[in-house]
Amino acid sequence: MKYFHLIWSSLWRKKTRAWLTLLSLICAFLLFGLLQALSVFFTAGADFVGASRLVVQSRVSFTDSLPIRLLPEIEAMPGVKAVSHDQWFGGVWGENEQLFVFANDPERLRTTYPEWKLTDAEWEAFKTTRTGAIVGRNVANAEGKGWKVGQKIPIKSNIFPKKDGSMAWEFDIVGIFDGIDESWQAQTNLVYINHAYFTEAAQFGSGFAGVFNVVLDDPDQANAVAQAIDAKFLNSPNETKTQSEKDFNKGFFAQIGDIGLIVSLILVAVFFTILILTGNTMAQAVRERIPELAVLKTLGFNNGTVTALVLIESLILCALGALVGMLLASFAITGLAAQAPQFFGTVRASGAVWLQAFLAMTALALAVGLPPALKAGRVKIVDALAGR
Amino acid sequence: MSDVLIRVKNVIKNYTRGKQKVEVLHNLSLDIPKGDFVALMGPSGSGKTTLLNLIGGLDQPTGGEISIGGQRIDGMNSGQLAKWRASNVGFVFQFYNLLPVLTAERNVELPLLLTNMSGSERLKRANIALEIVGLKDRARHKPKELSGGQEQRVAIARALVSDPELLVCDEPTGDLDRKTADEILTLLQRLNREYGKTIVMVTHDPKAAEYASRTVHLDKGTLQAQAA
Repeated sequence: MKYFHLIWSSLWRKKTRAWLTLLSLICAFLLFGLLQALSVFFTAGADFVGASRLVVQSRVSFTDSLPIRLLPEIEAMPGVKAVSHDQWFGGVWGENEQLFVFANDPERLRTTYPEWKLTDAEWEAFKTTRTGAIVGRNVANAEGKGWKVGQKIPIKSNIFPKKDGSMAWEFDIVGIFDGIDESWQAQTNLVYINHAYFTEAAQFGSGFAGVFNVVLDDPDQANAVAQAIDAKFLNSPNETKTQSEKDFNKGFFAQIGDIGLIVSLILVAVFFTILILTGNTMAQAVRERIPELAVLKTLGFNNGTVTALVLIESLILCALGALVGMLLASFAITGLAAQAPQFFGTVRASGAVWLQAFLAMTALALAVGLPPALKAGRVKIVDALAGR
Repeated sequence: MSDVLIRVKNVIKNYTRGKQKVEVLHNLSLDIPKGDFVALMGPSGSGKTTLLNLIGGLDQPTGGEISIGGQRIDGMNSGQLAKWRASNVGFVFQFYNLLPVLTAERNVELPLLLTNMSGSERLKRANIALEIVGLKDRARHKPKELSGGQEQRVAIARALVSDPELLVCDEPTGDLDRKTADEILTLLQRLNREYGKTIVMVTHDPKAAEYASRTVHLDKGTLQAQAA
C-alpha cells in the first residue's frame, strides 16, 4: 500500500492517454460481459430442466409437425406416464414483437408441467374458456404490457391465419402463471393458448402438434423409452426423434448457431486488439520513464520492486477497465431483461461471467504488463542516467 | 576528519563500446576522510562521473577495491548494492531527476518508502528535509511549478531524508545560473559543516569547486595533484 501513491501517480502521468486506454478496456469488458452472459444463457439455458421429461419431434425438424393421433400411441407405451402436445403458434405482439405462444391442451399441460403455478380456478378457466390464454409472469410484467387477468389481448400469428383469412387473433387472459422455484420463474416467458380453440379457428394446422412432451414413470428409463418411441414410428410417414427436454432446448438454441464459438471468436478479436493497444501504451509509458526508473533504482529500489511497480500499474489499469466495463454490462443486461423479459429474462452477468472476466483481466494485465515490467527491472542505472 | 570514509584502492574501470574496450580509470587510489567536502574536477572524459558512480555504488569496478565506512562494496551484487545505497548514500544530479508526477513532498519521501516507517512518519521526515533546504512552503508543489534552483533543493532534500553519511553530487549547479548556483553550493557547504555530511561533488566549474574543502583533479583516468 505504501507504493500506491507512486503507482497511481505514474498511471496518470499522461492523462489523455491513460483515459483513452482505460476507455478501450472498459469497452472491451462491456462487450465481454454482455457476450459472455448471452453465451452462458444460450449454452446453459436448459440446465434448470430435469431428466424426467422427453420431447418427441419429427425426425426431419421440429418445424415439421406430427399428427396428434400419435399421442395416444405414445401414451400407451410402457414407461410413459403422461403426454401433452405443443403447437408453435408464431405469435407476434404489437408491431413486431415476437412472443413464445404455444397451443396446448390445458389438462395435459397441467399434468406434464407441474412446474407452472396457477390456482385450480385458473386452470379450470383455461380449460373451459375457448379463447382463454395463460400468460407467464415475465411476459405479463414486461414493460409496456402490464397484462392482467380478464384482459383481452390481440396477438397475430405469423404462421396460422384464422378461417376468415385474418392473421389477427384475440385471446382472453384467464391466468398468469409463475414457476415453482426461481429457475422456473425465470422461464415464465411463454403464453399458452387453448389447443381446442386453435384447432377450431385455424385455417390449417388442426390435428397437428409441433412436439409431444412425455413424462416418464422412471427417469432412469429415459433412454430406453426414447429409443422405443423412435423405433415404434420408424419407417412410418411420421418418423420421430425423441430426446431429453434438456437436449431439445439446447438443440433449439443451436438452430441460431454455435453461440459459444461465435462469442469466443468475437472476444478473441476484441482482446487481441486491446492487447496490442494496451501493450503498446504500457511499453511506450515505460520507455518514456526509463530515466525516472533509473532514479528509483539509484535511490535503492531493487530490480524486483521496480518490476513489481510497473506490473501493478498494468494490473490496476486493467482491473479498473474490467470493473467499470463489467458493471456497465450488468446494468445493460438488467435493462435488457426488463425491456424484453420474454427473451432475456434469464440472462444474467452471473458469478461465472465475473470469474471469467477476472481471469481475462489478469491474463491481459500480465500479457501487457510483464514485458515492460521486466524491461523496467533490467534498466541499467548508469546507462539510463547518461541517456544511453 | 582523520577517519577515512571512502577508500578507493587500485581501481580499474573498463567499458566496452561496440567492439572497442575503453579503460576509463587506471589503477586509481583515493582516500576521502569522513566529513570532507571534495570537488572532483577534470576535463570531459577524464573519468569523474565514472569514479562518482563507483563511490555511490551505481556501478562496479573492473578491478580494485572500494570501501565506504569500512564496508567493501565492490563485490556486492545489484540487490545488495541497492539496499546499501538506500541507507548510505544520497544522490544529487545535474538535472535534478525529480519524478514529475509527484509533489516535492512525495519526491522527498521516495527513499523512505524502502523503510518500515509509517506514512505519517515518512511525510514528517520529508517535511523536515524540505525545511532544511528552505522549501517547506513548496511541499505540495510539483516539479514543473518550481524554479530550477528550487527543484535542486528538493533533490537535495531527497538525498538528505534518509540521513546518509555520504552525498554524491554530479554537476549539481551545471544547469543553474550563477546566483542560484551559489545558493545551492552554500546549502551543500552548510550540510557539510553543520550536519557533518561527507560530500563528493563532480564539477567543471572552478567557482563551484571553491566551496569544497579540497579539489581532486582527474585526467585520463588518473589522479593528478590534489589542491587543498
